[in-house]
Amino acid sequence: MMSLLRIEIFKIFRKPRTYIAFAVIALIIILIQVALKFGGEEYVGLMLSGMGNSFEDIPTKNILNGYLVCFIILNLLLIHVPILVALVAGDAVAGEANMGTLRLLASKPVSRVQLLIVKFTASFFYTMLLLIWMALLALFLSIVLFGVNWLGVPRELQFNIMEADDVMWRYGLAFCFAAIGLTCVAALAFMLSVFSDNSIGPIVITVCVIIVFTILTQMQIPFYDETIKPYLFTTHMLGWKGFFYVKGVDGETVKGSIENLPAIIKSAAILVGYTAVFLGIGFWYFNRKNILS
Amino acid sequence: MKEFILIIFAALGTHHLSAQTPEELVNKIRSKLEKVNDYTAKGKLKTNVVFIKAPIASVKIYYKKPDKMKIVNENGISFIPKGSVNINLAKFLTAAGKYEIVDAGNEVTSGFRILKLLPADENSDIVLSTLYIDEKNELIIKAKNTTRDNGTYELEMTYNKYASYGLPDKVIFSFKTKDYKLPKGVTFDYDDGSEKKPDNNMKNRKGKVEITYSEYLINKGIDDIVFK
Repeated sequence: MMSLLRIEIFKIFRKPRTYIAFAVIALIIILIQVALKFGGEEYVGLMLSGMGNSFEDIPTKNILNGYLVCFIILNLLLIHVPILVALVAGDAVAGEANMGTLRLLASKPVSRVQLLIVKFTASFFYTMLLLIWMALLALFLSIVLFGVNWLGVPRELQFNIMEADDVMWRYGLAFCFAAIGLTCVAALAFMLSVFSDNSIGPIVITVCVIIVFTILTQMQIPFYDETIKPYLFTTHMLGWKGFFYVKGVDGETVKGSIENLPAIIKSAAILVGYTAVFLGIGFWYFNRKNILS
Repeated sequence: MKEFILIIFAALGTHHLSAQTPEELVNKIRSKLEKVNDYTAKGKLKTNVVFIKAPIASVKIYYKKPDKMKIVNENGISFIPKGSVNINLAKFLTAAGKYEIVDAGNEVTSGFRILKLLPADENSDIVLSTLYIDEKNELIIKAKNTTRDNGTYELEMTYNKYASYGLPDKVIFSFKTKDYKLPKGVTFDYDDGSEKKPDNNMKNRKGKVEITYSEYLINKGIDDIVFK
């Protein structure tokens, strides 16, 4: 199994397209960081302009720091990274079928279940590396460039502030949650990959599903809010932000608190459930699949 | 008859004790405040506004005669309400000559003397200032200001160590908050079910900012550059 896994990982990292994701993430993060380095205070001022009605100058200088920059980057990127995950996970099985090597692979002395476990583990490994790469650039490089201070998280109807020493553990948990979300996307692309003999199909379908679901998640139409939205995995993928929503007593942040931990756990459970369903369907179909290519 | 005369004398006596004219009272308070040319104070700022959850911030407050005041975050993030520059009491009274003072008697519950200051200047930002004064200690305990641009706000002061300078140990600044809302398309909020939908209660609710002062450094001199 381990040697098979090493081979699969080697196959993933042999393809140039694998590195496109790492390059794209680095490029986007650096572009955001440069933009915020030179115009970040204006951006923060614009973002919090609603507060200008009640307060004197918004302390943009203190608000703009490495922690906020990381939050902004994750806010923008974690919607798009699933697309990059789909590039590899969607190719995992369909790519072999496309190249005509799947039949050969299936004839090896490993069960189909083992083969799929190894392939999905390799996709998972790639996803985690991508996430770690993103964490390194978005969090640690931002800290180096912008320093640290308290973190202010703008929400639709609230502004949550937490002390600097109350932030790092939240990022740790947020990245763990993001790992669950991205694994769910990888499982979706992987399942579609099992159904297809061409890797373009699963990748494009996964991307389309993410786009449509994300739009539905962000649309504020009460009909969808109550009917479809709670069941979309993209709704629950935003759960990482829940670690930055704090409890307050008389307006004072309760240090170390999470506003609604049960909701985050529920979202994580739903994502794990979706992952299990996607993988279950994929495994079930692959075991019965007539491999012709 | 004897009792009646005693009551009359007692009443006259009481009247004489509280018979400081409003101008005299304001002048006494002003002269107390004028002992302070400048000060630097450390403070803890607590924000209690419906749409903000924030830890208590450490701030540094700078004041220099006649009306320079600045509140600086030492670290962290804090929001200073509009009009809070008037936390500086001296500013109320430095232009006392330009105010018309109306004596509104004493507050029934606390017994504090109530004076209403009406600025003579038509362009003054403050339209009306109502001061609740502890006559015995010559301290302003509460001030309600109605401004032209920033609505009405209220200051409540508690005094202790620096009462002789008229400097409070604690100031509670109450003000009406305006609406705060960001587009969901910008925040991409996670709907954890705990955030309520916007309602009219968000608008014009009272917010409070409390500053607890410590370590006043009085009359040590402050460079003007601090206020820029």
